[in-house]
Amino acid sequence: MNRQAQAAVLFLLGASLLHAATTDLYLRYVKQGLRPLVLLSGAVLIAAAVATVWYERKRARGRGRGRKHDDEPGDGPGHAHHEPRVSWLLVLPLFALILVAPPALGSYSATRAGTALQEPLAYPALPSADPLRLGVVDYAGRAVYDHGRTLQGRRVQLTGFLALDRDGTPYLVRMALNCCAADAQPVKVALAGRIPPVLQPDTWLRITGTYSPRRAKDPVNGGPIPFIEVTEAKPVAAPKDPYDESWNG
Amino acid sequence: MAITKAAPRRPDDRRDPERSEEEGRHLNSPLLLTMLLLTLVLLQSPIRRALSAPVMQSWTTVFVAVMVQALPFLVLGVLLSAAIAVFVPPSFFARALPRRPALAVPVAGAAGAVLPGCECASVPVAGALVRRGVTPAAALAFLLSAPAINPIVLTATAVAFPGDPEMVLARLVASLLVACAMGWLWLRLGRTEWLRPQSRASHDGQSKGEAFWGSVRHDVMHAGGFLVVGAMAAATLKAVAPESWLSAAADNPVLSVLALAILAVVLSICSEADAFVAASLTQFSLTARLTFLVVGPMIDLKLFAMQAGTFGRAFALRFAPATFALAVVVSVLTGTVIL
Repeated sequence: MNRQAQAAVLFLLGASLLHAATTDLYLRYVKQGLRPLVLLSGAVLIAAAVATVWYERKRARGRGRGRKHDDEPGDGPGHAHHEPRVSWLLVLPLFALILVAPPALGSYSATRAGTALQEPLAYPALPSADPLRLGVVDYAGRAVYDHGRTLQGRRVQLTGFLALDRDGTPYLVRMALNCCAADAQPVKVALAGRIPPVLQPDTWLRITGTYSPRRAKDPVNGGPIPFIEVTEAKPVAAPKDPYDESWNG
Repeated sequence: MAITKAAPRRPDDRRDPERSEEEGRHLNSPLLLTMLLLTLVLLQSPIRRALSAPVMQSWTTVFVAVMVQALPFLVLGVLLSAAIAVFVPPSFFARALPRRPALAVPVAGAAGAVLPGCECASVPVAGALVRRGVTPAAALAFLLSAPAINPIVLTATAVAFPGDPEMVLARLVASLLVACAMGWLWLRLGRTEWLRPQSRASHDGQSKGEAFWGSVRHDVMHAGGFLVVGAMAAATLKAVAPESWLSAAADNPVLSVLALAILAVVLSICSEADAFVAASLTQFSLTARLTFLVVGPMIDLKLFAMQAGTFGRAFALRFAPATFALAVVVSVLTGTVIL
């Protein structure tokens, strides 16, 4: 790859990072807190592309005037100095990010990994709204480790996507994220009560229901899965940030 | 695997500077790039259909996620390494580090605490240090310690293990020990010919700005390519290997340490996030999880690919297994003492 092609790849890479970070696309892959870094690195990559083109032109002009001072060995003028072929691989993330833009992790990853529920540090008092909106992770933590003490007699509303176990048990899942989707882990809540008749994995649902003391064990890692007694399930659009980032502190 | 195919063949690099030869023999690379991108655009709907299977979808998502997450840190490291290469004179390092290499190793290892980033940033910086005349042993100690002991990573560890504050201490101690031990091991056994002779064009006759941006461009293209290789490997294993294998290993103390050490290599998680993953592996002992935290920032698939790119394959093939073995042993020892 010569310098002009490198400049093109650097520019496209920077532009696709900027595109991902200025839209909500980046939230499918990394946590919210990385946004300034992604923006910054996109800008630096574009600057590197511009600088490469600029210095190339300067060199070419210098050569055109007949100044013969750029015959350094190994780093000849203009089109020489190739980077190793492995640089061509940088076209792949470009393509994946611009043209494919894969969706956030869904039910496939969720059913392959065990629930990653951890004991919360504290159980802050809940607002008195009705129905009460809670995160899937928050609900599961309160239900399992606090035995639902703060949830008694409340109507709660959870949003997550649907995943079906191998034997067809339906779960409401939210992937919890610490840094990027490579470390995303599912937190699952099993559904009981008035479950919708047709269950399509990966559809986003807003579930209204009440606390249920029933527990199940995750078939993958034996982790605890609480139940929720469903009274209403509504399909909704996927939220802006598909992951739960409450563990980032 | 892919690394052998994709690795650069240096003789080629040296051969093609002849300008006239290139026009004839090689396809013009901007043209090739344009054609490649156009073909990909034309074929996008069949490719999308092929990628719509759940396995492929989660593969692509993890692949893109690793790239988007690692690129900012790579860029940070590349900027730092370019600044070192262009603006810091070699005499600075001669003064800053003790003259005796055996003493320079722990100093450089402890200096790793000031690079606030993850492992992607430390590879190009260590490469720049070697080029600037720092003894390789000290640069390697820095390479290994920087991603594990900087304040951001240690804070993340403390947050992820609220009930076990000694985990932070154990991670710091074990990582520093491994980094210094690898540095001293390199002093005893290392040979310079394993390191790739730095084929970097000299910056003579260039303005500082030109040298700086030239270094940024070179490092991003180079390390970035290897980062892609590593990200693909990590995505493949994440999408294909079932997690149930892990729970089988958790009951045996020896197996559990080895299993988490291998998992750390395979997952290639950023060192700023690995503490949270370790915290969630509750079925494993604290020592096994410490091994995960010590091995991960020092050697994993994407790091191996990037080290092979920066220092040469002969180096990476020797360095990586030695680091892995030493990191496992030291973590177990530290774990039994502290945890």
